[in-house]
Amino acid sequence: MIPAPFDYLRPATRAEAIAALRDRGEDAKVLAGGQSLIPLLRLRLAAPTALVDISRIEGLRGVHRAGDTLVIGAATSHDEVLRHPLVTEHCPLLAQAVGTVADPAVRHRGTLGGALAHADPAGDLPAVAVALEAQLVLAGPAGERTVPAGEFFVDYLETVLQQDELLTEIRVPVPGTGWGTHYEKFHRVAQAWAIVGVAALIRRDGDTITDARIGLTNMGPTPVRARAVEQALLGTSVHNGGIAAAAEYAAEGTAPTGDLAAQPDYRRHLARVLTRRAVERAAGTRGTAEPVTAG
Amino acid sequence: MARIDVTVDGVRYTDEVEPRTLLVHYLRERLGKVGTPIGCDTSSCGACTVHLDGISVKSCTVLAVQADGGQITTIEGLAPNGELHRMQQAFHDNHALQCGYCTPGMIMAAVDLLRTNPDPTNQEIRDGLEGNLCRCTGYQNIVRAVRAAAATPTGVTG
Ligand SMILES: Cc1cc2nc3c(=O)[nH]c(=O)nc-3n(C[C@H](O)[C@H](O)[C@H](O)COP(=O)(O)OP(=O)(O)OC[C@H]3O[C@@H](n4cnc5c(N)ncnc54)[C@H](O)[C@@H]3O)c2cc1C
Ligand code: FES
Ligand code: FES
Repeated sequence: MIPAPFDYLRPATRAEAIAALRDRGEDAKVLAGGQSLIPLLRLRLAAPTALVDISRIEGLRGVHRAGDTLVIGAATSHDEVLRHPLVTEHCPLLAQAVGTVADPAVRHRGTLGGALAHADPAGDLPAVAVALEAQLVLAGPAGERTVPAGEFFVDYLETVLQQDELLTEIRVPVPGTGWGTHYEKFHRVAQAWAIVGVAALIRRDGDTITDARIGLTNMGPTPVRARAVEQALLGTSVHNGGIAAAAEYAAEGTAPTGDLAAQPDYRRHLARVLTRRAVERAAGTRGTAEPVTAG
Repeated sequence: MARIDVTVDGVRYTDEVEPRTLLVHYLRERLGKVGTPIGCDTSSCGACTVHLDGISVKSCTVLAVQADGGQITTIEGLAPNGELHRMQQAFHDNHALQCGYCTPGMIMAAVDLLRTNPDPTNQEIRDGLEGNLCRCTGYQNIVRAVRAAAATPTGVTG
């Protein structure tokens, strides 16, 4: 189908983009890679009267390191993120998760900022940003503010972004030593969205887990931290079934929906199984200490 | 209306388009490049894949105005000298098509795959083509064709 008519604006600077969003009001929308927005326009599920294309704004793309932080421009494409040497070296979890998003052609256009701003519960990157404890930089008419990823997502397709604000940067703390990470995604066929996904960061000191952060994809309207699992993992040995016992708490406090792919109880089951796998892989024990087929 | 300036298959065009015009509609309906088909309404089939500034994109999920200033290659411009590109030849030799509907997109995606990975394994080919759906072939011969193309020296047929 063909989208409803709209005006197309291509500002050269952030200030111009923010001014355009403010002037055009409620019916204006940011266009980044268009890989979520254009499908919605085509199905006429969205009909903004103005699109503000941010893809050519200077300084919104690219990755650099500032001290202990990896700074990723919001308009950096998925493909650039997953291949960037700073990301593969310092944040392999992000590279791995971005590699599971869609397919190569979509990853060439879609952006990290777009995937977060879109806030689809089935999107892989919100839960990863939450588990990484990323900080998101938002720019609006009054200046900049920084919001932790854990407070960015408000509801289904809804974030704290105001109508005239741009997400400009994703700031990811570089984990110190001893961390292992993994993103475990369950989907029916290639290129499909996650039915459930689990992002795990596990810190080991010898055989003992000393820190754990777990983010869940598609277990409610927003990404959630599996706090009960994180608590239960602290001080646990990576052997002797401690991980499996902790993973049993994975569905606690979640509110998954039912859809064609899965009912809520099945999603809860998946959350437990996938959390166990993700933690074992992050801790480096899966496939060696335990049989892979068990769960 | 918005003015765009694009180079498509080596020819430069300056055109007025409605901002809502999808790149695939611009290619097919304005320029007559019907070699690029449309297979779905959900950005999932990959039939419409073209190269924009040398990388694969789904032309049904790009606005023509977003391509302003860009270089576009469609299946029609892949082998400008009238011969077949090594990927086209490999699809022909390996029976990698039946109805042919997915083929232009499949070939454009496969060429892009070899750009980043000149000697892919079967699994890497399947992953690289995961955004392209074929309802006929079962993919086996497509994977064979991409392997065959990878084994063909570049420069011989493109
Ligand atoms: C076939 C297909 C399969 C997919 N599969 C997956 C998948 O498996 N996992 C997954 O996570 N995603 C998937 N996606 C979505 C993909 O990740 C999108 O690229 C991403 O969700 C949106 O990024 P974008 O840059 O294209 O944003 P756009 O589509 O341009 O924008 C999306 C929304 O975010 C807003 N926005 C964008 N950037 C900003 C910004 N900087 N500041 C403020 N607002 C902004 C826009 O206004 C719009 O509302 C898939 C998409 C397709 C087409
Ligand atoms: S027509 Fe199906 S992805 Fe473009
Ligand atoms: S050959 Fe018919 S869809 Fe692929």
